[in-house]
Amino acid sequence: MSSILIIEQILNGLQFGVMLFLMAAGLTLIFGVMGLINLAHGSLYMVGAFATAAVAGATGSFLLGLIAAMVAAALAGAIIEMVVIRRLYKAPHLDQVLATFALILIFSEGTRWLFGSFPLFLDIPDVISGPVTLPGGIAYPIYRLTLIAVGLAVAIGLWLLIERTRIGIQIRAGENDREMIAALGVDISKLYTLVFALGAALAGLAGGLVGAIQSVQIGMGEPVLILAFVVIVIGGIGSVRGAFVGALLVGLTDTLGGVFLPEFFKLFMETGAAQKTGSAISSMSVYVLMGIVLIWRPTGLFGARS
Amino acid sequence: MNRFMVAVTAATLAATTVAADVKVGMITTLSGGGAGLGIDVRDGFMLAIAQSGRDDIEVVIEDDQRKPDIAVQLSDKMIQSERVDVMTGIIWSNLAMAVVPAAVNQNVFYLSPNAGPSPLAGKGCHQNYFNVAWQNDNLHEAAGAHANSAGYTNSFILAPNYPAGTDALTGYKRFFEGELAGEIYTQLGQTDYAAEIAQIRASDADSVFFFLPGGMGISFLKQYADSGIDLPVVGPAFSFDQGILQAVGDAALGVVNTSQWNKDIDNPTNAAFVETFEAEYGRLPSLYASQGFDTANLLLSALDKAEPSDADAFRDALRAAEFDSTRGDFAFGPNHHPVQTIYAREVIKEGDIFTNKIIGTALEAHSDAYAADCKM
Repeated sequence: MSSILIIEQILNGLQFGVMLFLMAAGLTLIFGVMGLINLAHGSLYMVGAFATAAVAGATGSFLLGLIAAMVAAALAGAIIEMVVIRRLYKAPHLDQVLATFALILIFSEGTRWLFGSFPLFLDIPDVISGPVTLPGGIAYPIYRLTLIAVGLAVAIGLWLLIERTRIGIQIRAGENDREMIAALGVDISKLYTLVFALGAALAGLAGGLVGAIQSVQIGMGEPVLILAFVVIVIGGIGSVRGAFVGALLVGLTDTLGGVFLPEFFKLFMETGAAQKTGSAISSMSVYVLMGIVLIWRPTGLFGARS
Repeated sequence: MNRFMVAVTAATLAATTVAADVKVGMITTLSGGGAGLGIDVRDGFMLAIAQSGRDDIEVVIEDDQRKPDIAVQLSDKMIQSERVDVMTGIIWSNLAMAVVPAAVNQNVFYLSPNAGPSPLAGKGCHQNYFNVAWQNDNLHEAAGAHANSAGYTNSFILAPNYPAGTDALTGYKRFFEGELAGEIYTQLGQTDYAAEIAQIRASDADSVFFFLPGGMGISFLKQYADSGIDLPVVGPAFSFDQGILQAVGDAALGVVNTSQWNKDIDNPTNAAFVETFEAEYGRLPSLYASQGFDTANLLLSALDKAEPSDADAFRDALRAAEFDSTRGDFAFGPNHHPVQTIYAREVIKEGDIFTNKIIGTALEAHSDAYAADCKM
């Protein structure tokens, strides 16, 4: 296996990781600040992808599509926070799971009602399509490099927002002691809606960006949601920094495991069987990683509370 | 969907005045990720029933949500309380394996409009089970045969790691005479193929064969086109059907895929089917729709000759398959699976619509590898 292939696979892992981060950041903020398990986060990802496809299809502008994705997902997030989620903060986690699972079904069938059952078309804009040759002769799609850049930019932006702004102080305070910041005069319900909409917008952005290279279809959010939960458990629930590190770890483990495990089994098995075994074990690799991290650090890598 | 609710309700209401002589139970996928396939099968089937003008056939349609447990519940309900004579509709092989053996053993006829798992074609075949579409391996075998005639000698092949994926690669390898540059099993439902595409780039393959049905195929083709690799791609029709092509867009143009049906097969039945389907539903039919349409016409042809209550006569009438198929000639082999021509098609653009055009024949009068194991 050549070094070019290995570098290419590391880039693939990074790209997958930063997209997972966009999903996981919202999920971890919502859990950290409000203590809410939001299974419908994947639906917001789907809303973003469909909004991008619809607006990009109507206007021809992918950028407008992405803006629409963030606006639509944020709006959907704010509305479900005010109408449904708000009633669940004091409820046990099982009730939250049940209600947000119902939201998944409502979003899926609602989307089908609006857009029909067939996948939508969404393609990469021409200016950033096709491969570019990186130093060392690696041909790599420009769009995937763009995804890495956008993901890193959002990560920095989120860090600045949380560490350097007044809203960020309130969010961090909300994570630590929600009664106290309510007592200090912060409108906690407005803060919750804001955080929920912010998380939703990030999920919507991820959906729009990833939708261009994948299939924009009903139910596209749920597989990503499961991995995003793995990410926040590894990173430590509530920690955005943990979500970032966890997302990169999961992205790299998943991609490199899928490539190297079958190669490893080929050393002592015939090709077809090695492929099947390697593929089966690599699909477990991120969960094995999660298990190891939890044994070593039961609250996750950056989890503060025990 | 509502139109059919109305149609079904109308049929039910009619049943109170004119006794419905035949009851058909359709279990298919109408919600969730794979709904496009079930909707096409249902629409094709109901179009043929409507065109027949018969009001003594009642069709009960239920959504299996692509879940085997729900399909089994629906099947029990249809057989025990609805007392259907004939069942049809299932799209996915794992659901068919959960439902069909039990149903046919309770003296219900089952006509498969899509799924054709190998056990039901071989050792597990049954006299009441008829497959109107294909045995699962067929289109992949045809893809292997096409690769030979196109002069490919070194293929990189990939499919999801589940039974139909294994069948796909087995089918391709059964007919492909060249070498394999690589063989990859991906995860079922995988959406990102960057790692696999990098391996294709690093290999010395001269062609790529893939079986990635539905959304998986959309993702793969878009990412493959963007990677700048220009090796020719072949695959079965499942990643290039009419419902999917518009979502793939230019990335699919020129790709050769294998299918037992296409809208340009030249016979009057097919021309009328394509025209009336488009007029009725406002979209072009897919191969799934043609399979639903053929299934209903097979049923109608048998009903013209015998009642399902007379099981032996009805079975003989089904086996004779004397109906006008959208595929032209149609005949069953000894295991009640089609013996048919499989074509190579190419993806083209007609105006703004992406669709397929037949460019040649991949396999003539093709049966399946399991017929010899069937003792009926």
